[in-house]
Amino acid sequence: MDYTEKVMDHFMNPRNVGKIEDANAIAEVGNPSCGDVIKMYLKINGDMIEDIKFQTFGCGAAIAVSSQTTEMVKGKSLKEALEVTRDQVADELGGLPPIKMHCSNLAADALHKAVKTYMLEHGIA
Amino acid sequence: MQRIYLDYNATTPVRAEVRDAVLPFLNELFGNPSSRHFEGRQVKTKIEAARDQVAKAIGADPERIVFNAGATEGNVTVLRGYQVNYKEKKGRNHIIISAVEHPAIYDTAKKMAGEGYEVTIVPVNGDGDLDLAFLKSAIKETTGLISVMTVNNETGVIYPIKEIAKIAREKGILFHTDAVQAIGKMPFNVKDIDADFVTLSGHKCYAPKGVGALYIKKGKRLDPLLTGGHQENNRRSGTENVVGMVALGKALELATAEMSADRERIGKIRDEFERRVLAEVPHARRNGGEHNRLYTTSNISFRFVEGEAIQLKLDYHGIAVSTGSACSSGTLDPSHVVMAMCNGDEEEAHSSIRFSFGKYSKMEDVGYVVDRIKEVIAQLRSFSPLYDKFMNSQGK
Repeated sequence: MDYTEKVMDHFMNPRNVGKIEDANAIAEVGNPSCGDVIKMYLKINGDMIEDIKFQTFGCGAAIAVSSQTTEMVKGKSLKEALEVTRDQVADELGGLPPIKMHCSNLAADALHKAVKTYMLEHGIA
Repeated sequence: MQRIYLDYNATTPVRAEVRDAVLPFLNELFGNPSSRHFEGRQVKTKIEAARDQVAKAIGADPERIVFNAGATEGNVTVLRGYQVNYKEKKGRNHIIISAVEHPAIYDTAKKMAGEGYEVTIVPVNGDGDLDLAFLKSAIKETTGLISVMTVNNETGVIYPIKEIAKIAREKGILFHTDAVQAIGKMPFNVKDIDADFVTLSGHKCYAPKGVGALYIKKGKRLDPLLTGGHQENNRRSGTENVVGMVALGKALELATAEMSADRERIGKIRDEFERRVLAEVPHARRNGGEHNRLYTTSNISFRFVEGEAIQLKLDYHGIAVSTGSACSSGTLDPSHVVMAMCNGDEEEAHSSIRFSFGKYSKMEDVGYVVDRIKEVIAQLRSFSPLYDKFMNSQGK
């Protein structure tokens, strides 16, 4: 199991961990039985992701992709957030071991779920 | 950085005495033991001495020992050899194994189930103990082979193989035990147990990787997986792994002599480690009953956090351990061993860490290891959504 230096950095020193108490968009993906659960908390202001934090139960890769994803979208627009893909997150990290690409690379899904739910609730097309 | 190795069930370092014993075979003693000339005869004598040492360690006659490449070969030889040598003759196509066997047995038996065999997998309870009543009731006219390991590699749970061998004997069923984790660590006598086949491996007892042995009871036969030369009395072809054989003989001779002292010393370290972890880390649970376990192993689930993450962090702090989590094994499924004990609670299996102790483990390392575990588990729980949910449900 070879993780890149960047994966290890995000795993050992994860950015944006924890909860946002006054988050206005929250989403969870994954399942404990699969070994990965990622929960994203967003504070959205207008069209912008003002703040984002995560909680993750999972392996090194799951924690690293969560951390990397929050870094990629903090301060970005909702549209930009929806354009972030799993593959981009993995690329930013210098790649993931093949088996982790499907099982642990869930952070973009959690992000999209949170943003889409927020847009639906606020009538944003 | 100073490393603390707590993964002796995965592999052991080669002991200095063992290394020294094999050095001549990497230098002047290079002959092929099958050659009739002086160079060959010289080496032949030494591998026969090694065979004696291995035999003595398990109470066998030397001619019953077949050297091979390790436990996977030994285990697969038993199952596949059974297929060739016994099933056809007697029409007994039913095999019984335990739910916690090593993959070499577990996966091979499952393959055989797809080849017209009937395979019964005997479950274990929450302590990892085998359901003996289930095993007994699974036996039928067509049962031909029972394979149950002596000690489980992930939990250290010890199985009542003497009792199972007796049950098998009474019904005319062959009995095999994978004794890889037991031999050299606890008393083991093939005649007392009355096993038909026993698998053992070198690198679990301070010999190098790539050597093992299979005990085959007198009068029993197992065709080799690899055919060709007449080595090992036609029971295993291929030019002898002389270095491996000599090493295995020496390692088992030493292990037998030092067994009771090791047991006392290593057992104390394991017990102290486990006592402290269970007392000091909240929501930690031992996998495997407290008493019926080998003194080398401690398998613990740390709820709300995932095993690979724990393993990586401990590795960073210089501590080498294993996990039953799927995420480190290259598969998508968590350990079938811990799963078999968790009543299907996969989260617990994903959270399991195996600590295994051995010859170079030190009592003075226990404090450092326990402190790092506490720290790492607290860090990972601080952003675990499962822990958060649990704490909220507790009203905290």
